[in-house]
Formats: sequence, structure tokens, C-alpha cells
Amino acid sequence: MSAISEKGTWARRLTIGLPYLWLVVFFLVPFLIVLRLSFSQTALAQPPYLPLLDLAAGWEGLQDFVAALTLDGYRLLFSDSIYIASYLRSLQIAAFSTVMLLILAFPIAYGIARAPRRWQPLLVTAVILPFWTAFLIRVYAWITILQRDGLLNEVLMMTGLVSEPPAWLATDTAVYLGMVYSYLPFMVLPIYATLEKMDESLIEAAADLGCPPWKAFWTVTLPIALPGVFAGALLCFIPIVGEFVIPDLLGSSDTLMIGQTLWTEFFSNKDWPVASALAIVLLCVLLVPIVIYQNLQTRAIEERR
Amino acid sequence: MLSDNSAEAMGVECNRAAPPQAGRVLLGIENVTKRFGGLTAVDGVSLDIMQGEFLALLGPSGCGKTTLLRMLAGFEKPDEGRLLLEGRDITAGPPYRRPVNMMFQSYALFPHLTVAGNVAFGLRQEELSRRDIDARVTDILKVVRLEGLGHRRPNQLSGGQRQRVALARALVKRPKLFLLDEPLAALDKKLREETQSELRELQRRLGVTFVIVTHDQEEAMAMASRIAVMNEGRIVQVAPPAEIYEQPNSRWIAQFIGDVNLFEARVIGDASPYLVAESAVAGPLHALRPGGVSPGTDIAIAVRPEKIHISRATGKLPANAISGVVADVGYLGDFSLYKVRLDNGATVKAAVANVSRRAEPPPALGERVTLDWPAESAIVLTR
Repeated sequence: MSAISEKGTWARRLTIGLPYLWLVVFFLVPFLIVLRLSFSQTALAQPPYLPLLDLAAGWEGLQDFVAALTLDGYRLLFSDSIYIASYLRSLQIAAFSTVMLLILAFPIAYGIARAPRRWQPLLVTAVILPFWTAFLIRVYAWITILQRDGLLNEVLMMTGLVSEPPAWLATDTAVYLGMVYSYLPFMVLPIYATLEKMDESLIEAAADLGCPPWKAFWTVTLPIALPGVFAGALLCFIPIVGEFVIPDLLGSSDTLMIGQTLWTEFFSNKDWPVASALAIVLLCVLLVPIVIYQNLQTRAIEERR
Repeated sequence: MLSDNSAEAMGVECNRAAPPQAGRVLLGIENVTKRFGGLTAVDGVSLDIMQGEFLALLGPSGCGKTTLLRMLAGFEKPDEGRLLLEGRDITAGPPYRRPVNMMFQSYALFPHLTVAGNVAFGLRQEELSRRDIDARVTDILKVVRLEGLGHRRPNQLSGGQRQRVALARALVKRPKLFLLDEPLAALDKKLREETQSELRELQRRLGVTFVIVTHDQEEAMAMASRIAVMNEGRIVQVAPPAEIYEQPNSRWIAQFIGDVNLFEARVIGDASPYLVAESAVAGPLHALRPGGVSPGTDIAIAVRPEKIHISRATGKLPANAISGVVADVGYLGDFSLYKVRLDNGATVKAAVANVSRRAEPPPALGERVTLDWPAESAIVLTR
């Protein structure tokens, strides 16, 4: 009997332990490596940074290693305005994109949630259909649409809306287009999930209590959908801040997002310490919304209890 | 009947200018029809709902009672006919402009608001000061015995408490007409019985006109002052509970409400004030003769099981009696339900109240018995 219960606790420990093991191996260890790199200095060597930890030297080797760590990478970040500008631009693009996504996604999610039950799976499939094509290919497709003699300009010229084909590529418009297009499902699905669960008689109850439909949207529907809105906003905001492919392929090279700056530091300048410092600071910036979201989640779960 | 009005004593003042007058029509339903596609859910219904009454719309599922209620609330627009609230046409008015409130079957409590927030929701739609709102919320929470739970969320409440929040949320609006859609369906049996008497008392105290939709005849009987029985989109009888039970106006209602023995028969004679009808199953039967029934008319004679007297066969059969063999006895505590098989194979149900711990054992399975009932207890049905 005790053998069974012992086996049971082992199985339990394993089930609980596995996700932690995963997090340690694939998140914590890489994070520590990046953190350590961010306190290093560049060197024309292989690997391209100093100091290196000499385990054979024992305790003294460790002391030398710690003494050689520097904050130079971080100092550079805050002394050169190009990095701060990069961060601000990323945050700005992410914020605007998220707002646009919200405005676009909410009606879509609402429409799907209010559609007849039997149509809903089909409509949800339609929303996630783009995922069946590789992300990179879809962004490339936008290049062919947006280029000077692309599909968009052809249509615009044909309908006579413009006389000269405007430049779309390498503009902010193209970046926003790409962001909103690529992240739309991540905004639609969480909002749909909350709206779909909402009891439709709540709207009738609101009307019954003297609340006209437009007001019921603000006082009932929206507050109930808020957890989905938050989830969608974070699901879009966080990856957009670090987005690399879309601004690189569709944006201009004058103003870089932080993902592009990071890429340049890492691959072009071979400055691993600064690239790592950039990544660490980005993580800290993104930690704020994540923590806020976590707090909201726990509160919502506690309230539901 | 429901003139007892002590709402003020409860700290709830109602916004009626005058106390309810018996016999005043609050809501007139005139020839209302509602179709969904090819289906006629409500078919030419006319009904006057009186000020201060407790009306039950009773019928099997799909009879149109919920559709009728939803039209009163304003969620459905009648295809034909009118709704007159105190003489004013409200047929086309949206739900949020009607002095009518509804309690939903699912309660439809707002999950993102507290109990107090839910109750205050309707008041916030009116131009009321914060203080007035708070005072009225506190008052009504006292009436439904939810004091101190105002800060809770609906999901932190029991089913019975949620039901009372729904009740308070609608009643705090001081509606002229209060609609309840299957209000007790989600409660367990014991709580349901308690709530029945609570609702009845609340209605008497507040003097608000209640219209309840239910498929449960016992619920309707126990609570309503008047029952409108619906079938296939039409109202088939409107009467106080006792009249519905004792004087159903058709075979369908006699069978729908309570238990009944129906004897198809043809009128063969007159023994004023009784008629004599020949039943293929039970032979000649006597019953009080209603107007418009002449010899040769096909009727049904309905007898409720508890009206039937059961005794051991003595060989001599009195008038208005039939003989048979006990085929089944269901002991239900307060009474026993006998199934007696007649010689021609038909079965008659008789209920015997177990009033005393009798010395003589009751008729047992297989025993020959005589069933008889006073002619006054038989109901003559022509439809």
C-alpha cells in the first residue's frame, strides 16, 4: 500500500517537475547566458567577448572572472540616443498597432460570437487560416502587394483614385499594415473566447432594466470582454515590441525597431555584449505589462472562486 | 383578494399613486399573434391582466407561454394585436422604455458586478441621486434577506441567493408589472417550496402585479391567484386555481391539471338537476347537468381520483357506482393511489386519504371493490 502511495507521489513530483525542468533548461539557462554576456566586453576573438570563465583556475579564476565583468554594454545603451530612440519607436509602434488591432478585432470577434452556433467553427477557422502559410511568406506577399507596380497601386490607378503610384514600401504605413495583418488572430481569438461564453440574456436583462443597447455595450458587454481584451492586447503588444521580420522587410531603414537594432549589433557589429544588454533591457521593459497582466489574472481567478 | 398592502411597513414604498383597485385592468392583451417562420407561437391571445393579481401562464413546453411573456417584456414584437398598459399602447415600445421588469430563468446576473451593483444597475439608468440609489438598494436587499451580501459577486452566492438577487434587481425598479420566467426551475425541491410561499407573500406585501410563466402545475396552483392555461399558442382557460381544477372546461385541461378518470359517454336521460349518461366503460352515470347539454350529446364525465369512494364489494351495486378488482396500490404516505381494473378491462384510479390508522385493513390487491362518487363530484365536459 505504501509502495503505491510512494509511487503516486513520485508520479506527482514528476508531473509537477517536468514543466519546471523545461523552464530551467530552455528559459532560465539561456537567460543566464545572455545576462552574463551583457556584462562582458567585445573582443576580436572566438567567441567574440571577454572575460572567459576558466574553471581550471578554481576560486581565483572565478574571482578574476567577476572582476573583469563590466557595465560598459549598459552604459553604451544609455549614452547613445540611437538605442533609446529604437526602444521608444518599438513601444510606439507596438502601442499604436495594439490599438488598431483592438478596434479592428473587437467587431470581428463580436460578429463571430453572435453568429449562429453552427457557423462559428467555420468563422474561427477563417481567422486562423493565414497560419497555414509560413509567416515569412505572408510578409513577402505584402511586398509584392505594396511595391511600386504592385497589386495595391494597380487597383488604385485603375479606379482612378490616384494619378501617380504612391510609395508604400519602406513607410510606417507598411509596417502598421504588416503588424495588424499578422497579429489579428492573436487579438480576435481571446476576445472571441470571452464573448462566446457571455450569456446573451445579459443584454436582454440590461435592456429590461432600462438600459438601451448602445449603453449596454459599454456597461455590460465590454466589461465582461475585458479579460479577453487584456489577453489579446498583451499577446500582440509584447511580440510586436520585439518584432524583427515585419519592420525589416516592410519598413524603412531610417528608423529601426529594437529587434532590428539588436540584429545589427549581433550580426553586423559582432557586439554580443551590447546586443545582450539590449535584450535584457527589452525584457525588463516588457516585464512591466506582463506583471500587470499576471496580477489581473490572479485577481480575476480569486474573484471567480 | 390581494389588497393587503403593507409595503410601507417593510420600508419599501412603491410608486403607485393609489393602492391597487380590485378589478382595474393593468395590461390588456388584445388579439396578439406571434409567428416564427412557419410556426405560430402565440395565436390570437386576448387577456386582461388585473392590477395587483398574481397570474400564472401555465402550459406544456412549446405552448407559447414564454413567447407571450417575452412580448410583455418587449423582447419580441407581436405580428398582430396590441398591448395596452393602463390604456397606453406599448406594443412597439422597446424593453428599456417599459415600466415592466422581468426575472430571467437563468437570472442573468451581471458577473462583473457585485450584488449591490447588480441591484443598482436598473436604478442607475434612471436620473436618481447616488443617495437615493443606495437607500433603495439597501431597502430591497433587506426585503429579500440579502443584507450584508451586497459586496459579494454572483458567483460567490448559492443558487437560492442568486435567485433573490435577480428578484431584488427587478423589484427595486418598482415595476408596474413584474414578469417571472420559470423562477424556481433552477432550485431544488425543498427550496422551491419555500420560495413559492415567499414569492406569494412578497407579492401580497408589495401589491405589484406578478405574471409568472411555469410548466409546473403545482407551482402555478400554489402561487397564483389566477391561472391562464395555454396550449398550442392559445389560452384555453383562465380561472382561479380551484376553478381550473374543479371545473376544467375541456378534456385536455382536465387531463393536464392533476389526475383524472375520464369516461366517454352519451347523454341518455334527464333526472333534474342531474343528467344520466351511458358510458361504455362504466355504465349509466349521474352528473350535474350544465346548460346546453341535451340527450344524444357526446360528453366526457371526469372524476378526480380523490373524489372516488372505495369500499369492499357487498354484492349490491348502488347508483353511480362501478365494480372492479384492485390491480395496484401505491402507498404514498398521506394517501394511497388505487388502480382498479373494471370487468371490461378499463382502469380507474382512486385516491384514499390515510386519515387514520384504521383497525380494518384497506382493500388489498386482487380484492373486489365498489367505486362510487357523489354525482356533484363528476365534471361534465363537452369539449
